[in-house]
Order: sequence, then structure tokens, then C-alpha cells
Amino acid sequence: MADDPNIASKVIKNDPWYSSYATRAEQMRASEIRALFAVANRPEVVSLAGGMPYLGRMPFDKLADQLGDMLRSKGQVAWQYGSAQGDPHLREDVLPIMELEGIKDVQPDDVVIVNGSQSGLDLITRIMCDPGDVVLAEAPNYVGALGVFQSFQVDVVNVAMDGDGLIPEALEETILEQRRQGKAVKFLYTVPNFHNPAGATMSVERRPRVIEIARKYHVLIVEDNPYGLLAFDGQTYPALRSYDSEGVVYLSSFSKIIAPGMRVAWMVAPPGIRQKLVLANESAILCPSNMSQMTITTYLDNFDWKSQINDYRGMYKERCDAMDEALKEYLPYCSWLKPKGGFYIWLQIPKGLNAKDMLPRAITAKVAYVSGTAFYDNGEGADHMRLSFCYPTPDRIREGIRRLSTVIENELATVRLFEPDSGKERG
Amino acid sequence: MAAKHSKTPRQQTGGKTPATGKAKTTASVTMTTVASPDATAATAAGEVAKRARRTSHRSTRESTPFTKDDVLSLASKATKRADKSLLVICGGLSHERDVSISSGHRVQGFLEEAGWTVHVHDMDSSLLPYLTDEKTRPDLVWPLLHGANGEDGSIRDVLEMAELPYIGSRAKASRTAWSKPIAKNVVRMAGLHTPHSVTLPESMFRELGVEPVIDMLLGSLGLPLFIKPTMGGSAMGCTMVTEQSQLTQALINCFAYGDVALIEQAVTGTEVSVSILEFDGHPLVLPPLEIWTPSGTYDFEARSTPGPTEFYVPARLDAKTTQAVSDAALTAHRALGLRDISRTDFIVDAQGQPQFLESNVAPGMTDTSLLPQSALAAGYNLPELYTALVQSVLNQKRTD
Ligand SMILES: Cc1ncc(COP(=O)(O)O)c(C=O)c1O
Repeated sequence: MADDPNIASKVIKNDPWYSSYATRAEQMRASEIRALFAVANRPEVVSLAGGMPYLGRMPFDKLADQLGDMLRSKGQVAWQYGSAQGDPHLREDVLPIMELEGIKDVQPDDVVIVNGSQSGLDLITRIMCDPGDVVLAEAPNYVGALGVFQSFQVDVVNVAMDGDGLIPEALEETILEQRRQGKAVKFLYTVPNFHNPAGATMSVERRPRVIEIARKYHVLIVEDNPYGLLAFDGQTYPALRSYDSEGVVYLSSFSKIIAPGMRVAWMVAPPGIRQKLVLANESAILCPSNMSQMTITTYLDNFDWKSQINDYRGMYKERCDAMDEALKEYLPYCSWLKPKGGFYIWLQIPKGLNAKDMLPRAITAKVAYVSGTAFYDNGEGADHMRLSFCYPTPDRIREGIRRLSTVIENELATVRLFEPDSGKERG
Repeated sequence: MAAKHSKTPRQQTGGKTPATGKAKTTASVTMTTVASPDATAATAAGEVAKRARRTSHRSTRESTPFTKDDVLSLASKATKRADKSLLVICGGLSHERDVSISSGHRVQGFLEEAGWTVHVHDMDSSLLPYLTDEKTRPDLVWPLLHGANGEDGSIRDVLEMAELPYIGSRAKASRTAWSKPIAKNVVRMAGLHTPHSVTLPESMFRELGVEPVIDMLLGSLGLPLFIKPTMGGSAMGCTMVTEQSQLTQALINCFAYGDVALIEQAVTGTEVSVSILEFDGHPLVLPPLEIWTPSGTYDFEARSTPGPTEFYVPARLDAKTTQAVSDAALTAHRALGLRDISRTDFIVDAQGQPQFLESNVAPGMTDTSLLPQSALAAGYNLPELYTALVQSVLNQKRTD
């Protein structure tokens, strides 16, 4: 009964271009895990998965008026192409922000505006790394950076970290080991403040040590610092860049302190690298969006952004406390380090459990998290999950952790049933 | 929610019987029987199958197959397309939300291309007001929800209560097909082959002990095995087990998706999928599509990433086997009491025997999905094909 049994069998390539892709596209695949996240933005689901800042308290009404004025007076500029290095006004505006973290020797000309830090990471990897080169990074590692490194076929070599951030001795050992293997170590990628996902902050004592080791072995440091101003107590830490203007490429972003929708971030780099970054920026995107940059400058020029950030800090602190307390109540047998700022708690789950395998159960229970495996490129991390407290309200966070506890208990019951030996060491 | 209403007022009073000739059933296959293990399921399946046998023979005789000309002529009768308001429901909270949204937007696009007015709605708390408000109430609904609450019949029960005509199988038939073990029983009684399997809830392992149950499993079914959740699609939670050491992990993965596992002998052979569209009882069986993957398993990744997977349409089978698979798909469609649209998956084993795996009441309609690929390969224009289906259901003036 087939429609027309006489037609010859045709082959339909699911993707006719499959054989044409570059090797770097190989990792870009759909996954069951990614698909499961589709429900995470439904209101019924408590999402502890995303890194979205809370925007509910932004003064949008006033901002709308000011943006209207900006368009009326400077629309022709805002809607035009701009400079590949970025709007000079904005490059000026970022200087006082960096001063808060001890970076005082920068001029507007040292700054390059990029399409979010994500794009900045892409540019620096593009200009520094050939396939097979080594990048050192904390493990776990920011998932977006891993994606960039993978796409340039870079070898990511993990450097151990603890509650005080990257361990300087481990850094030195790793550099030496890579040298012995004849590998070209192109840079150290580090998120020193309120690490994503580990939550840890590099201690002030360790910072000059790290700089010293990097100098000694002539390894560039890429310092990615989107959360530095988001300490719950308002404290800031000296940026690595504040110790060294020659060996550090510094990245910061408006995404977490103002809003990510504009996709505006900035980089500071030594002159040679900066020049290449501008050219790479030009070849990737011609120029950062004037409209976005002018939206940010309008905001910075007209609002008390420092007190807005203070307000955010208080709010994130309250949410972090709520998560910490809910974890103590519902998941006392898991372990975690309470962060001093930022957006994330890195939770270690009982032995034998696999955070990735457990995710469908969590989705059924209407709670979402990111499996620790996302933050490694070698399959590690299944014993951890990243929980974000930035977006949901304290009540929702509590409810999310309560749901998570039932998920963990049910999964534990299943795992203990089928693999009784795998979780023996823990209670 | 809606799943509790196994009998809607409409079903009790009896709506218009569609021309597929499906008799009003007395056997109510409710969610409880679906979720319960073997004994009850088998009884329910038996009743469904008996009914199906009674009706399927009659309808096969009565309803002549549809041809391409029929499709075109039916589509050409759809003249007032822009005046009709069609609603695609997709999304929902299931594990397959992502796939469902892709399916929904694809169908919307093709129907709009054909000139219909189409809206898309998620399954959420604003849906019912939307369906019942005079200003927004659609003329026809196309539910494209995959996974729980979509394919298990629940949304269809709700549409029946709202007396809204919709495309696709009715709630009860959807429930039967949604549970793979029950569906297997039904089609087996209708004469089809299906791989030997057992259905075991996690509690069974808990009560009887994992080791003895696994020993029995291996003794009775052997290896390789295919472990899958009894309900669910897109191959989520499915694992092929070739060595005993992989079995417990496969069960853990499966139970993360649902409480009951279908443990099936893995049949090696050609993976073939047959899509059926039905126009007022007249079936259009699309040419069987063969799936080839480098790894040999058509898993989630292979399904959703345009990649090295290749489809052959029609499948590279001899004429007799091609006919046998097509017939088997129609038998399954009828035996399960499906309506309007279905896709049935088989493995054609080494003896050329089609082995039934499952039937889908809401087959994927994305770019990489099988039904649209079969239709395209058979020379159909998707906007007109979907238009014919819409027109057919509108013509029937269904109230359920
Ligand atoms: C460590 C780190 N770097 C970079 C980014 C990306 O920031 P942007 O929005 O500026 O691209 C994030 C966002 O989560 C992050 O956590």
C-alpha cells in the first residue's frame, strides 16, 4: 500500500552538508540535556540553572524617557556604524568602574569594547591559539569559555583550585609539566572573583603569587571578571590587572552589573595585543553596536549606578542566604562552599549520583540545575551541580531546593538499589 | 488534571462516529491501567484489541486508500482558508518540549504558507480561556504536543470536553498507543510481530531483589536488550545493552524518565518508519522510510542534530517486504484505533519480518522528522498535504 511502490529508493541526507563541516563544528550538537532545558523558562519550573541577572528593579520608565531623548538628539550616530574599538565616550566611562578594583593606569585608548565578554574570549583565543595549543584554566571552568576553547581546538589543561581560588603551586607545576611535554602554553584563563561555577574567590595573598609565576614563565593571564563588583558585603578585591599591565588581558562586562541584553563588555590589553584585538573585532563584527553602547552610556551618565549595584548586592545576598539555609535544611548531607558574592553555589552531591543522569527526574519535579559535567571538557563533574540564586526570589529558591531534595532522594534510592556499592562511603 | 477524566460527557453520549468506523468503546483504558504493570494492562489490551479487530476488518474493506490526486483535489476545495482560525498547541512541560515547539512552528509555517490563519499556543494556564473565549476560540486545533499530557491523551480529553474539533487520534486511543507495552499487546493480537519484552516497574526490582530479577531477565530474553521508559519519545532514556555490565546503568537512566521500564529483546535489522495520514477514514500510507545511522542507533542526538543520519525512501526492501511493512503500519493504526495521523516504527528483522516497536499519535513534524521527510520524498508539497488534512477534518464537522 506504499504510495507508489515503483519509485526508486532515494537517499535523503539528514544534513546534505554534513561532510563539509570544519572539524571545529564537530562538538556543536544537540543533546538530550540541552533539550530538557526547554522547560526551564516555564513559570512552573524553578530554574536554578541560568545565570540571568535579576532586572525587576531596573528604573525602566525613567530610562525609557532618557533613551528617547538620546535617540532624538543622537539617533543618527546611534543607528550608524561606529569604531571597531568602541565608542570613545564609553571607553572613558569604564575607567572609574575599573578603579574600584584597583586598576588606575588605564586610558580610554587601552580599552576595546566587545560584544559581551563571550565575544572577548573568542577574540583573545582567536589571536593567541593555534589548534593543539594549551590554555590553562581552573577546573571546573566557565562553560562559555570551554565552548570557545573547543571551537578553536585548544587543549584545556586544568589547574587545581580550592576555596581560595587557583592554587599557585599547582599553576607552576602545571606550566612545568606542559613545558616538559613540549606544549605551547598560550595563556592562563582565570575568573578570580566569585567564580562561575565554583563560587570561590582568589585570596588577596595568592594574587601576586599568580602574577609572579605567570611572569616567570612568560604565560599571559586572561582575567575574566564579570562579578567583581557583586560581593555581598561590598568589598572589592584588587584585580590581577592592577598588579601587572604587561602580562594581563582584562575582561569585564555590563552583563551582570547592569543588564546582559545590550551585549556590551570591555577589554584592556597591552598595546600589541590590543591592536590585534581591534582588528579581530573588526573582522568578526565590524564594530560593536552603537545603539547598545549609547544605551549603556545613557544609563551610566544619568543614573546613580553605584547605588543600583549596591541594591543588587543586597538582593543577591538575600537570595544566597535563602539558598544556603534551604540547603542546610533539605540537603544537609551534600557539601558546598557559601560564596561571598556572585551568582552560584557549587554543590557536591552524594557519592554514586550522577547529576547529568538525574536531570530528567529534576525536570519532572519542575526544578532545573546545570550538571557539573558542563564545566569540564573531560567528562568529570558528574558529582557536582551548579545552582544559581540570581534570578528566583527567596521563596522560589526554597521551593526549588525542596524539590531538588526529593529528586536527590529518589535518585539515591534507585542508584542504591541497582548499584549498592557505588555510594558506600557516604551516609 | 485532564487525565482523570477517562470518560467525558461527550464520550458517554457518543459523538459522531467518524468514517473510520471506530465503534464507541466500552473498554475504558484509563491512566491507571496504563501505569499499572502487566496483568491489568494485558486485560485492557485484550479488550482494546478485540474491538480493534472487529472494527479494523470492516474499515479496511470500506475505506479505499487515498491517492495523490485525492489529496490535491481535497486541498483545492479548501477555498476559505484565511477565514478559518486554526490553533496549533505545542510546548507543554514534558521532556520533549523543545521538539514539540519545533514541530508546532514548522506546521504553523506550512499552513500559513498555504493561506490559513494559524495561531500557536503553549499548554499553560492561559490555554483554556483562549479555547473558550468567543473572540479566540479556534475552528480547529492541531495538538502537536509530544510526551506526557500531549501524546497520552490528556489534552485530547480537554479538547473533547471543549467540543473543539482537532486533528489526530482521540484521547483513549492516544492512551493506548502512548503505553508501549499495551500497544505491543494490542498489535500482537491483531497479528503483528513485536520483539519479546517484559515490563517491569522499579518497585518490582525492589521487592524481588535486583540480582534474581536480572538473572531471570537475562535467562529469558538474553542479550542484547533495549531498555526504554514505557512512555515517552525522542529515544530519551533509551539504552541499547550489549553486555550485562551495562544493564544497571541503563535501568537507572530509564527510571530517571519514568517508573516503569520496557525491557525488549534488541532485534537487529533495518529500522523502518511508516507514516500514515487519513482522510475521513481513507488512509494514505506514505512510503516506508529507512533510517541509517553510522552508530546503528537512532538516538536523541541522531534525531535532533542534522548530521550523518541518512534516510532511504522508500526503504531498501524488496517489493514484498515493503508491502508487508506498509500493511503492518496500517494494521497497527487500525488496531490501536488511531485517527488522522500516525507514525509506526519497525525493525525489519533478518527474516524480512516487520517487528513493531511503537506507534506515535503525535509524530515529530520538525525539519529532520520522519513523517515530513517521507511525504517530501513521495512528492508531496507539505502545505497542500497538511491543508488536505485540515480540510478533511473540517468537512467532517466533528465535535470531538
Ligand atoms: C565567567 C563568565 N565570563 C563571561 C560571561 C559572559 O558574559 P557576557 O554576557 O559579557 O558575554 C559569563 C556569563 O555568565 C561568565 O560567568
